[in-house]
This record gives sequence, C-alpha cells and structure tokens, in this order.
Amino acid sequence: MDFSFSEEQTLLRNTIESFLQDNYGFVARKAIIKSEEGMSNKNWQQIAELGLLGVPFSEADGGLDFGPVETMIVAEEFGKGLVVEPYIQTVVTCGGFLRRASEEQRQEHLPKIISGEEIWAFAYAEPQGRFNLSDIKVSASKKSSSLGRIPSNDAYILNGNKCVVSAAPWAQKLIVTARTSGEQAEKEGISLFVVDKSAPGVSTRDYKTVDGSMASEVLFENVTLNSNSLIGEEGKAYPLIELVADETIAALCAEAIGAMSVLNDATVEYCKTRKQFGQPIGKFQVLQHRMVDMFMQYEQSVSMTYMVNLKLDESETERTKAASGAKVQICNASKFIGQNAVQLHGGMGMTDELNVGHYFKRLAMIETQFGNADHHLKKYSSVS
Amino acid sequence: MDLDFTQADHDFRMEVREFISNNFSQANASGQNIEKYHEVTSDQMKEGILDWHKTLYKKGWLAPHWPTEHGGIDWSVTQRYIWDQECANAGTTPLIPFGLTMLGPVIIAFGNDRQKDWVLKGILSGDDWWCQGYSEPGAGSDLASLRTKAEKVGDHYVVNGHKVWTTLAQYADWMFCLVRTSSEGKPQQGISFLLIDMNTPGIDVKPIITVDGGHEVNEVFLEDVKVPIENLVGEENMGWTIAKFLLGNERTGIAGVARSKKAINKLKEIANSEFNDGRPLIEDSSFNRKISELEVDLMALEYTELRTLAKESKGEGPGAESSILKIKGTEIQQKISELTLEAVGNYASPYLTPLSVRSYGSNYPEVGPDYSQGAAQNYFGMRKTSIYGGSNEIQRNIIAKMVLGL
Repeated sequence: MDFSFSEEQTLLRNTIESFLQDNYGFVARKAIIKSEEGMSNKNWQQIAELGLLGVPFSEADGGLDFGPVETMIVAEEFGKGLVVEPYIQTVVTCGGFLRRASEEQRQEHLPKIISGEEIWAFAYAEPQGRFNLSDIKVSASKKSSSLGRIPSNDAYILNGNKCVVSAAPWAQKLIVTARTSGEQAEKEGISLFVVDKSAPGVSTRDYKTVDGSMASEVLFENVTLNSNSLIGEEGKAYPLIELVADETIAALCAEAIGAMSVLNDATVEYCKTRKQFGQPIGKFQVLQHRMVDMFMQYEQSVSMTYMVNLKLDESETERTKAASGAKVQICNASKFIGQNAVQLHGGMGMTDELNVGHYFKRLAMIETQFGNADHHLKKYSSVS
Repeated sequence: MDLDFTQADHDFRMEVREFISNNFSQANASGQNIEKYHEVTSDQMKEGILDWHKTLYKKGWLAPHWPTEHGGIDWSVTQRYIWDQECANAGTTPLIPFGLTMLGPVIIAFGNDRQKDWVLKGILSGDDWWCQGYSEPGAGSDLASLRTKAEKVGDHYVVNGHKVWTTLAQYADWMFCLVRTSSEGKPQQGISFLLIDMNTPGIDVKPIITVDGGHEVNEVFLEDVKVPIENLVGEENMGWTIAKFLLGNERTGIAGVARSKKAINKLKEIANSEFNDGRPLIEDSSFNRKISELEVDLMALEYTELRTLAKESKGEGPGAESSILKIKGTEIQQKISELTLEAVGNYASPYLTPLSVRSYGSNYPEVGPDYSQGAAQNYFGMRKTSIYGGSNEIQRNIIAKMVLGL
C-alpha cells in the first residue's frame, strides 16, 4: 500500500501550480469570468501547450497515456485555482467517451481536443430527469421527421431539449444522450451521439452560472446525424454513461478537495490575524473546534478522493460504491467547509471582493453536479 | 395556560387580513412591477420598497409598537403578533427597520422634543430613509472598539472615520451613527449617538457587492463631516446605553416564524413540481423527512416565541431569550434556503442578475422554472443572517453569560 506520488506526478503538479501562479491570480480570474466570453482562450491554449489536454489519452491517440491519479492531480490543482476553463467537461467527461469510441472517431476528434482546438460539452440532463442519467426524453429516430426530411438508412433525426449543459456556450461539439428505443427512464435503448453545435437545428440559450462558469439550454429540432456520430452500439450506451459519470465524479471530488484546502488555509490564516476583544479570534475555543472539524472533513474527503480514483477500474459494483460514497463525503464536506469558511470570515466572507465566497459558491455547485448527497446515498445503498 | 386566541383576536385577524388583501399590491412590491429584463434605477428601487410603507402610513398602521402619542397604535402583543403573521402570509414587502424598529424607539426614549418631532415624522412619512452606522472594519463582533471619531468644534462635531456593512445606505437620507467622543475609561464609555445628514459634504458611500451578486451593503467614509451638536441623541458618551437599548428593541419578529412557514410551503410546492426518478420529489422519503424535521424545528421556535410574547404582555421584558429566537430563527431560514437549493436540482446553477444591480448593466435571461430563479443566490445570501445583528457565536456567548451564568 502506497499513497505517495511518483516524481513524475509531483512534477506534473508543480507545472500546474506555476502555470496558475503566473496566469490565474484572483484578480485575473475575476476579469475572465466577468468578460463576455466567460473564459480565457489564451489560458486554454496554454493548458494545451502544457500537454494537460492529453493527460488521459493513449500515446497512439496522441495523448500522455496517464491514468486517473494524474487526472486527479490536474483537477485538484485546478480546484485550488478555481479554474473556469472546461477541463473536466472536455477532457474527463467527453474525452472519457471518445477514448472508448471507434478508431475512426478517435482519429477524427481527439487531436482537436488535445491541441486545444475544440472544447466539448456533455449534454445529458433534462428538466424532468433531475440526477437520473437514464431519464431521457430526447429522441434519435431513424424515422422521417415531421418536416418530411427523410434521412438515409443509417442516419438519425435528433429532437428534444437538454438543460444546464455545462460549458456548452464555449463548445464546438456536444456529446448527447438520446433515446433510440424503450420507455423514458429505461436503461436499455439509450445511445450516445456526437453533435456539431453548428449543425442545422441545434440552438442554444447561453448563460452565466452562479459559480462563475457558463452553461446552455440546448434545443434539438430535427437535427440530422450521420451514422459515424453514434458512439458505441445503438441502444447500449448506459453502462458507458455510468462509467464516465463515475470518472467525472472522481475528478469533481479532486477539484473539490483543491477548493476545500484553499478555504481551510484561508480561514485559519484569517482567524490568526483578525483581532476582536483584544485577541486573535482564533484564540476562541469555539472557533478552534470549528476549524478542527473543517480540517477533519477535508482529510476524510482527501481519503475518499484517492480511494475513488484508485478504484475506477474495478467491477461495476465496486466502482459505483466508491464513486457514490466519495460523492456523499465530498457533498457533506463541501457544505460544511464552505458555510463555515464564510461564517468565520464574518462580513468579509460575504463579499464578492474576497476569494472565500467564490470558493464557497463553486463547492455548492459541485454538490449538485452529477448528483447530490441524497442521490448518491441512495445509489450507494442500492449496490451495497 | 391555554393556546387559544379570543374572539376579539379572531375578529382582529379577519380585519387585518381584509385590509391587506385590499391594499397590498404584489405588483408594486419591491419593484416587482418592473420588467424582468429591464434596467432598474435607484429611484425605482426605492419607490418599490417604500410602496407598502406609504400605504400603511395612510392607514395609520405603520408603527404599532410606538406609543399612540407618537403615531403608534395600542395593539396588544397578541394583536401585533397576528399582524406580523398576516403580513408574512400575504408576502407583503418587509418594512425597512432602520427608522421604524431601530431609531424610532430610541428617539422616543432618549430624544429631546425637537428630535421627537422631526425624526419621528420623517420616519413615518417615509421622507427620511435612515441607515445604521455601527460596524467598522476593526469593530464587528467587538463593536465597542469602534474608532470613528467626533470632535466638538464650536457648535459642531467634526466626524472622521469609516463605517462598513451599512445596509441600504445607497438610499439613505440620514444615518444614526455610533462615534467615539472620548478615549477615557472603558471603550464603551466614550461612545456617542449622532444623527448625520447623508448629504453633508465629506460623506462617501461605496457599494459592497456580496456573494449573491447583489448590492445591499455599503462602506461609508466620513471625512471632516460637520454635524450640528443638536444632532446628538441623549448625552455625550451615553451612546453605548442607547445602542444596547436599540438592540433589545430589535427583537420583534426576529425569529421570522411566519415568513419561514411561508417559505416552507413554497419549498413543498417546489418539491411537488420537481421530479425524482419519475415521482414528485416530495414523495422521496429522505427529502420529505428533511422537510418534516425543519417544520418540527420551526414549530418549537414558534412556541418559544409565543412564550416570550406572553411574558412580554405581562410586562416582563425578554432577556437573553431573544438570542434563542435569533439563533434558531436564522438557522431555520438558512436551512430552508439550503433545501430549496437542493429541491431545484440542476436549475440551481443559472445566475440571475439581482434587481439591486440591474442599473449597473447586463443581465442574462432567466432559464428553468420560475420557482428555481435565484435559489442558489438566495442560499448564498442567507449566510449573512448568522453573521449580522450579533453573530450566532456572539448570541451563544450572551446566553452562556446572561442565562447560564458561565
């Protein structure tokens, strides 16, 4: 048993640290999220130049052939910097699907992701579906469309709408879950498609999100898809969706522990320097114990994050237990640490001017992304 | 001991309910009549907030807790409680407390005749918007360490200092302000209570944008601000006594029970509309249980408040009980916002430009169901409630010291 990082992994971490130090100060980040674009293309190019966009991909596909631990390191460091550029969405989630796609699809798409030419977003959530990945109404059919456009034999017509698609405003391509057969919420009959955002019939409504990122409502109206946009086998995508969702959760957990560590450090530092009643407020035992609890929540979260990232290759049951268990811990810790970091900073914690509130908001959104604590507690108990 | 309201109380409830339904316009409340994507000027905001205030002023029901000779009404404690409940149920615009709840009673107790005349009139008519100049960057929980200085020069005080977290100072015509007039003795002994005209040269109000994106609090910088000595309330260096009196008066409605009940009902409606695995979220046993726990907690707070009120109606002033009401009240409000955020699921994340900053520019169209609008921002914003008005840590210290004798 060994929880230490290799020299290569430490080097990777240091590289990201210094990139963030040079490019991602709090002021620089604020300018990025307030801009119309909402992210920095220059940063994205630099992230590409550092090779980070190729982390999980095989050498044959042009990547660095790293595993979950390296992805975890990137996500954790990005969490410390509150990076808004869509690394997890593009590389971990959409990349997760693509690296299991056909040779032809990998050759077509991966070079553009690795070089930083394309950003990708995963469109899975629907208004009625909440966190259920199989509750899907969006349909891809081989029948003729209502407009009378008759697709060729091997083509699909996509209809329906997806909600809160993270990073979609910046994306050139979407990976969309759609029903090719079966009833709503059935696990059979779900397929995955690559959809060009500029294709006729795709429209988006873009907006900023409370954590400084961007998302879209995406509408598909008789979008014609050719057969090589289908990832994997028709109607059999659900197990792959669950696998990639768990990998995404593992990365989100890493992002969260990065953010938590910044909040805990900032809170301890503030309580050492802020004086009231003639002494640093950190001398008050009630606040000391609160910070100890925050620290313990953080340590428990680090443990769960390492655990899930080391168990992603195990059986489906083991993997689900690990991912859902980790997400429950991370949700609870995110709430506790976020709320108390604000509380201990007092009024200052409530301001837009201090970084604390921004970390709090990001952690609150990580809580809901890919399922909240209730959802994953239920999922955990269903497999254990 | 009984829990019943009298027939007279019941009649009173019907009377105020009818008045509210005939006179409160949801559309005018808090600028809600302003178009959703429209820019909102500061004047429009102020007007919206004051709309209900002015309606009540005309009716004579604005300041039930003031003595009748100053424009109050002789409602019993129970009647006031009923009134607060009915207002909350109808979702009326909360009245701005700085003049009505905070300063008014101070002036009635400590002000001279001239002050009683102009200050109280201005508060009631809504012509004078007051803000509270208490906290400073170095004086938060430890308020007595405040350093904003007032020096007597001829017939004026010259005030220099820096106030912070000044709520809605952007609309204020006047500020009641704690200033240091002496550095002798304990810090509490050298504080005075001044009324400052916000139009005086040397006052600079700077917005503080909060985590929810809104503009409610401000910094107020005071540089050589001349304040006539007749604007001193009470005697010089008795400001701390007045400040403590003011805080004790803040208790009415501090628990926010009726508004929390309404918010829980809204939460239930959301949980009825949201779907979880094909069934309404409200049918989900773990979510339902959380709502029930919250309701039970609120029920306990309601009866704790009623016990406090009953005591008050017998003339026994509430002591440290008001700290219980503050702690539990804010914890429940925060929990409601937390569960509401949870209930809206994925639609927690869209950012909605708050009304208070629309005048600064761009906003994005809202998405998702109406009930999800601003749910996350409300959750973020509600974190302030356990910080302001004496943080919940300070409130616990008060109970430990004053009640438990620790």
